[in-house]
Amino acid sequence: MSGQGGVIVFAEQESGQIHPVTYELLGKGNEIAKKLSVGLSCVLLGSKIEEEKIKELIFHGADKVFSYDHPQLDEFDPIIYKENIVNLIKDEKPEVVLFGATHLGRSLGPRVAAALSTGLTADCTGLEVDSDKNLIQIRPAFTGNIFAHIKTKTRPQMATVRYKVMEKGKRDPSRKGEIIEKEAVVKNTGLKIIERIKGSEINLAEAEIIVSCGMGIKKQEDIPMIKELADAMDGLLGSSRPLVDKKWTKKEQQVGFSGNTVKPKIYVACGISGSPQHQAGMKDSDTIIAINNDPSAPIFKIADFGIVGDIYEVVPELVKKIKQKKAKSEK
Amino acid sequence: MENSSESKNSSGLNIIAIIKQVPDMKTVKFNVEEGKVDRSSAGVEINPFDLNALEAAVQIKETLGGTVTAISMGPPQAESALQEAVVRGADKGILLTDRKFGGADTLATSYTLAKAIEKILGGNYDLIVSGEKTVDGDTGQVGPEVAEHLGIPHVAYVNCVKKCEKEKITVSSEIGNDNYIIEVKLPCLITVTKDANDPRYISFGKKARAKNIEIKKCTIDDITKDDHDKFGIKGSPTWVFKIVVPPEKAGGGKIFTGSSEEVVQKLLNEMEEIL
Repeated sequence: MSGQGGVIVFAEQESGQIHPVTYELLGKGNEIAKKLSVGLSCVLLGSKIEEEKIKELIFHGADKVFSYDHPQLDEFDPIIYKENIVNLIKDEKPEVVLFGATHLGRSLGPRVAAALSTGLTADCTGLEVDSDKNLIQIRPAFTGNIFAHIKTKTRPQMATVRYKVMEKGKRDPSRKGEIIEKEAVVKNTGLKIIERIKGSEINLAEAEIIVSCGMGIKKQEDIPMIKELADAMDGLLGSSRPLVDKKWTKKEQQVGFSGNTVKPKIYVACGISGSPQHQAGMKDSDTIIAINNDPSAPIFKIADFGIVGDIYEVVPELVKKIKQKKAKSEK
Repeated sequence: MENSSESKNSSGLNIIAIIKQVPDMKTVKFNVEEGKVDRSSAGVEINPFDLNALEAAVQIKETLGGTVTAISMGPPQAESALQEAVVRGADKGILLTDRKFGGADTLATSYTLAKAIEKILGGNYDLIVSGEKTVDGDTGQVGPEVAEHLGIPHVAYVNCVKKCEKEKITVSSEIGNDNYIIEVKLPCLITVTKDANDPRYISFGKKARAKNIEIKKCTIDDITKDDHDKFGIKGSPTWVFKIVVPPEKAGGGKIFTGSSEEVVQKLLNEMEEIL
């Protein structure tokens, strides 16, 4: 069986859709499977799973999809999900099992690992294979200031992998794979989902452009000035932690260690000094622009472009110029 | 895992708060040669997320009655974290401290905590609360792993305890962008986020008096007789074999100074293609 000793990726669903981290896991999983000369499979749990979804997993690199379809799998129950995945791992004996480092993956992964008495490395940003075919798991530690390279003595080698770090597997609609329908094990675990409240539409993790404000803002009434820059750049407004603590901005706008980890194309930090905790959430952005009146602010160390100046003067000027430029290009 | 029916017949809930003493991450240094945190470089504190866990536990006790036991695994100095936990409303503290617990990864740590809860506390609990993660390890794995070892349900990333009753708890939990209202039968484990509550203010005087509070210390012999291989470094399947310090961005990027008009123009010139 090609599944034996292979790589298994957990296919996470969010709001009835395959979470995009799954395709990133398939991209990385494929690389690892090739180095180990084994197959790549996916495990998908849900209710009324459309075949289209399974096919997408195959198009993105899965050789096999183990599909568990049962009404009780519609919502995430850690114990039920865990039991089915543990049973599959016991049958298939994979070398490597990967989860997304999402809320769900970081809640489920540890249960699976503990049930199997195996290791689990959290929130990896890099995965490699050494010459002895062991998985090297790389994760930022110590608020992202260092990278720990970790190996696992037991099998399977398990990791949760940070979203938006790995490349997605290339989609090839001509790819063929095997669909294996599995019988789900379900039971009453004492856990009941009463209600799902849709979160706000603000989704910083997905944003391509983010303009964030920090302690350089003197009063809450000034936040629209930063929002205006975000709007002019077609981006979203972000915030450092202190402004969230003051309730001037919302928790879902917070960038940093205890908030969102973001990786936009452009990150503009307005009046943010750049504490290690803030940097942990944004330093992997493609281009970082910092505006701060203190030339010694740590944010300038990681900025690609820095403006030493007063945000109350620079930001409105920037808004004006961008608007002028836009108006020109529309003509 | 046995349901603690005894405790339910008596009044109130038996609540366990799992806490960890961590270095102050704002000041602590990393010793690159030794590949570990230089603990002498900074003060220590209770993991900030665990303060929310303690607060949640104490608030439930204040509503329903019962007891809160704070438990921690760590070096002998971690006693002060448990003393502070008592000041913050826990009834007692238990410190699991033994050289054989050292070098534990999340599997060995969670196993040690779960075994201690079974052996030392006799599995006599209704609710276990921990922080969503620690600021030093940053894995968030120990909570769910403890729940698995004990065979009880768990809810992670709880941002609000809506209601706690004798038989069940209702919480709201973040999963992705959405909030789920979840009801779970006790006994269970929850991990809480910073949004769950505001930890109470403790005066310096109270903190200063905490050092006289007695904390029970337990070693590996209080937990197990034979399976020493499941604890500490021996019981840890993962190992860090290399630490890499990323080079700082070479000299940073371009810094512009001057009038607002000038700096904005310079920036826009550089960003021409992107903006």
